[in-house]
Amino acid sequence: MTYAIQAEGLVKRYGTTTALGGLDLTARPGTVLGVLGPNGAGKTTAIRVLTTLLRPDQGRAFVAGLDVVRNAASVRRLIGLTGQYASLDEDLTGAENLTLIGRLLGLRAAAAKARARDLLDRFALAEAADRRVSTYSGGMRRRLDLAASLVGNPSVVFLDEPTTGLDPGRREDVWRMIRTITADGGTVLLTTQYLEEADALADQITVIDHGRAIANGSPAELKQLTGGQTIVVRPADPGRLDEVRAILGRVAGRRPEPATGGTLTVPVTGDAALTEVVRQLAAARIRVAELSLRLPSLDEVFVGLTGHGTTPEPASELAGAPA
Amino acid sequence: MTDTALTPRTGRWGLARHSLVLAGRGMTKTRRNPGLLADAVFVPVVFLLLFVYLFGGAVAGSPRAYLQYVFPGVLVMAMLMTGLLATGVSLNADIKKGIFDRFRSLPIGRSAPLLGSVTADLVRYLVTLVTLFGLGYLLGFRIQTDPLAAAAAVALTVLFSFALSWLSVLAGVLIKEPVIVQTVSFMAIFPLAFGTDMVAPADTMPGWLQAWINVNPVSHVVEAARGLLIGGPVAGAATATVLWSIALLLVFAPLAGYAYRWRT
Repeated sequence: MTYAIQAEGLVKRYGTTTALGGLDLTARPGTVLGVLGPNGAGKTTAIRVLTTLLRPDQGRAFVAGLDVVRNAASVRRLIGLTGQYASLDEDLTGAENLTLIGRLLGLRAAAAKARARDLLDRFALAEAADRRVSTYSGGMRRRLDLAASLVGNPSVVFLDEPTTGLDPGRREDVWRMIRTITADGGTVLLTTQYLEEADALADQITVIDHGRAIANGSPAELKQLTGGQTIVVRPADPGRLDEVRAILGRVAGRRPEPATGGTLTVPVTGDAALTEVVRQLAAARIRVAELSLRLPSLDEVFVGLTGHGTTPEPASELAGAPA
Repeated sequence: MTDTALTPRTGRWGLARHSLVLAGRGMTKTRRNPGLLADAVFVPVVFLLLFVYLFGGAVAGSPRAYLQYVFPGVLVMAMLMTGLLATGVSLNADIKKGIFDRFRSLPIGRSAPLLGSVTADLVRYLVTLVTLFGLGYLLGFRIQTDPLAAAAAVALTVLFSFALSWLSVLAGVLIKEPVIVQTVSFMAIFPLAFGTDMVAPADTMPGWLQAWINVNPVSHVVEAARGLLIGGPVAGAATATVLWSIALLLVFAPLAGYAYRWRT
């Protein structure tokens, strides 16, 4: 079958730095591929090669079966790109930004304006359409940036860390917008530093480190590999911690971590665990102040996959991880 | 090729159309930030007043007499500054932000964003021209030839400045910091614009400077503009101006385009 996106052994070096060290990627048409990795793993370089902005030193890449180097012009007609830094003109209004792109894509003035209005509606920006982008909030910019990559009805869309820097609420807005892209049959490649984001959006996740793919699979497979999820419970009445500990122990089949700040955590596998915990808490009439299912952080993913954390930045949250 | 199924609206007309669309963007930006045009107004006003009243009495006996001599030189200098200062800096800012990445991921000619920026800056030439001729008229400058000749003087000056502005485009593409782009462009202006007989006849200057004035292409532009505005021989200087402009365009426009592809 033809992949919508296919990279084989991509290599890109800058002097002595290897940004891509033989990267392989594939995405099937109509799916979302999440490319997960820490800063400096080569995510942006990979996107720049796949969107024809950068020539690889070695290896080949195809978008919709077209070679990104030899058929670059044709590839550009099929893709949409939202870079990591807002690719918008601050002095223009939201509508003008989208119309400009429509005009550059060969739409006539009226058609470009109509297309811009459509997209602004869809991305909940209709009211801000005629305001300059310099007055937009971070979340609005991201949404406009997403809309801008969709003006030409691209069949493959590349999103480079589409939610970095947004607060959680705004992030979910953007997620909702991204989901609509594949609903129309498009293929999406998005890069992210959050497993949570890849899990929420991607059909397939490729984890990259030092410019190479180190794992590839569905979110469920990846969670298996990395030790699944963690249930977090804080009972409203701290006096009932022991009862909660017992419930968690029964469901997870292992002892919860020692409580910190009245909160108990336990790693679980499978989606049924949370429901079971909720059911048993309700049956025991224990009210909770906090109850959540948390995915492993990127560091925990890397520990699970490689036995070490994300190497470029031995950040403080690594303190508890095995050295 | 697999291209046939798609709709290729490219080719030469595509490039022209895309460049014009992008020039329209540049002009909208200028309209929204009229402050960006401040130097296009400021430069001709300051230099015309400076030369006429500071040096006029000493060089030509009276400011009014000197105005006739110096005006064509100030015209050339102001246009050079407009060309050199504007384009490189705005282009540099665009490249630093993400917007050129988006343009480059679109199916448009690679040089369309460059051509669009340069075309949008033609507005600046217009502002400089209107300011300069307006103030010149108020101070007492009169065209001593005919409107056609004056138009030719303006056309030659714009042509040469436009050709030379590709040098600043090249700097804008190659240099990372906008401030340095501005400094480099500014440093290029001094030997070029002032190393001519624009403010005083060349025979009053030392030999080494006369030698530079003789090889400096801007001397031809000043001579042609002066001839066309206040009378005098024109043909040789005008021809030299056109040839130099073509040569500068042929060298720096492709270099800027090449550097742009390499940098981005």
